[in-house]
Amino acid sequence: MNQAYEVSHLLAGAMLVTSFALLYQERIAAVLNAFAAQSITLALSVAWAAWSDNRPDLFITALIALTLKGIVIPVALHRTVARLGIHREVEKVVGVGVALMVGLALTGLAQALVVKVATGTASHAREELALALAIVLLGFLMMIVRRNAVTQVVGFMSMENGLILAATGARGMPLVVEVSVAFSVLISLFVFAVFVFRIRERFDTVDLEALDRMRGDSR
Amino acid sequence: MTRDLLVQLLAQGAQMSFVLLIAPLAVGVVRRVKARLMRRQGPPLLQAYLDLAKLLRKESVVAESASWLFRSAPYLIFALTWVAAALVPSFASGLMFNWAADVVALVALLGAARALLALAGMDVGTSFGGIGSSREMMIATLAEPAMMLIVLTLAIAAGTTRLAGVADFFIAEPFAVRVSLALSLIALIIVALAENARIPVDNPATHLELTMVHEAMVLEYSGRHLALIEAASHLKLVLYLSLLICLFAPFGMAPATAGLYGWAIGLVAWIAKLLGSAALLGVWEVSIAKMRVFRLPDFVGIAFVFGFLAILLAFLTRGVLA
Repeated sequence: MNQAYEVSHLLAGAMLVTSFALLYQERIAAVLNAFAAQSITLALSVAWAAWSDNRPDLFITALIALTLKGIVIPVALHRTVARLGIHREVEKVVGVGVALMVGLALTGLAQALVVKVATGTASHAREELALALAIVLLGFLMMIVRRNAVTQVVGFMSMENGLILAATGARGMPLVVEVSVAFSVLISLFVFAVFVFRIRERFDTVDLEALDRMRGDSR
Repeated sequence: MTRDLLVQLLAQGAQMSFVLLIAPLAVGVVRRVKARLMRRQGPPLLQAYLDLAKLLRKESVVAESASWLFRSAPYLIFALTWVAAALVPSFASGLMFNWAADVVALVALLGAARALLALAGMDVGTSFGGIGSSREMMIATLAEPAMMLIVLTLAIAAGTTRLAGVADFFIAEPFAVRVSLALSLIALIIVALAENARIPVDNPATHLELTMVHEAMVLEYSGRHLALIEAASHLKLVLYLSLLICLFAPFGMAPATAGLYGWAIGLVAWIAKLLGSAALLGVWEVSIAKMRVFRLPDFVGIAFVFGFLAILLAFLTRGVLA
């Protein structure tokens, strides 16, 4: 039991670290690789939970996470980036240092919140929940600080990774929900992809600031 | 009773001399591994000793504009670093002065040595020294808070800031993987690289680069002053390697109650681990390139982020926030 908890805690912690890597990386290819690493860690974490808690249905979740988010989506995004020709540095709203500091604050916030809200639950469930919430918040942050459409997609997916992690820890997300979430994410990827190409067609860039100009916000 | 005291005193003295004696060898191992990986012959393993011996014999040239600070700084830096290095438990945790081996004290000793070095770098008034000092302080302002966070994480886990206590705790504790400890290990490695002016931060192998940090500060030193500064930087390397070993791989270290036999095992284990980690450092330095100076805050910032995460997770595990 103790060891099972240690391994799952380690994997969740590793996911949090990859979330910070997403914030830290400057190039789109590196961001996508960090995202793939996060998804694969998620798959490992879910598979570990399935094995140690003897919940075989979670293996399917792990498999979905591994194939879809660990392989298919990163490869698809890599190809999108290659087609768009935007493998250069990511445009950011704030610098890396500020983003990391805000990320730390959000992690602290997530922990303080979970500790206050989930009193009485077992300590390891609480920790897992805190880490998952931190990953979700960091995904939000990533969507806020990166202006590039592709990295926004990555931020969204990383948020979803955090949600799956939370669901695994909270024992009892039905498989149907699981599968539907996975597919809605896949569909959202297609929507995003179409959207990204449309933005490109219209404005010759995937920098979302172009949309502000379109809306008439003066800068 | 007096005999016990004598043995204790001897053991502590032995530790002080071991760190001093092995330091140039550790540096020699790093250089040798690097050279071999680059398919060069490389200097002999004992080259660092020969360098020190040569420098000690040479006359020391001091600039006309140098003040007393410039002349006394090498001795003070050497003394402070030696004391700090000798405080880190190496082969046994139960030595006489281990009450003084507090991590906070360690950070303070190193901080004092660094401040002296930075002042000495600016003392003569050459532009290179000033650049070096300014960069060194920039790195230090990022590395030192990270170091304190790491220290506090370990202190939370072990319940003490005494290094020997922390080592004892980890020897007694069954092998465990903890996220906070893994994070602080990474953070401490980054801090160690930054503090020792190793490759992604600074290149120790060159004097002739506009991006150098440590070498820029000591450019004006020569003769025995330079020898002391070099010896201090060797000691600092051994200090950080010993610290990593003591905190994260204390296996084989003699516990507080061990006798001479335990000490012998501890000594062999420590030397093997020290030289092994020096070789790893060599491999690491060959594998990556030096960073631009303006990327450094980001790199050392990772150590701070990891240290902070580690302490948050440690708090969470302990339920301190609740």
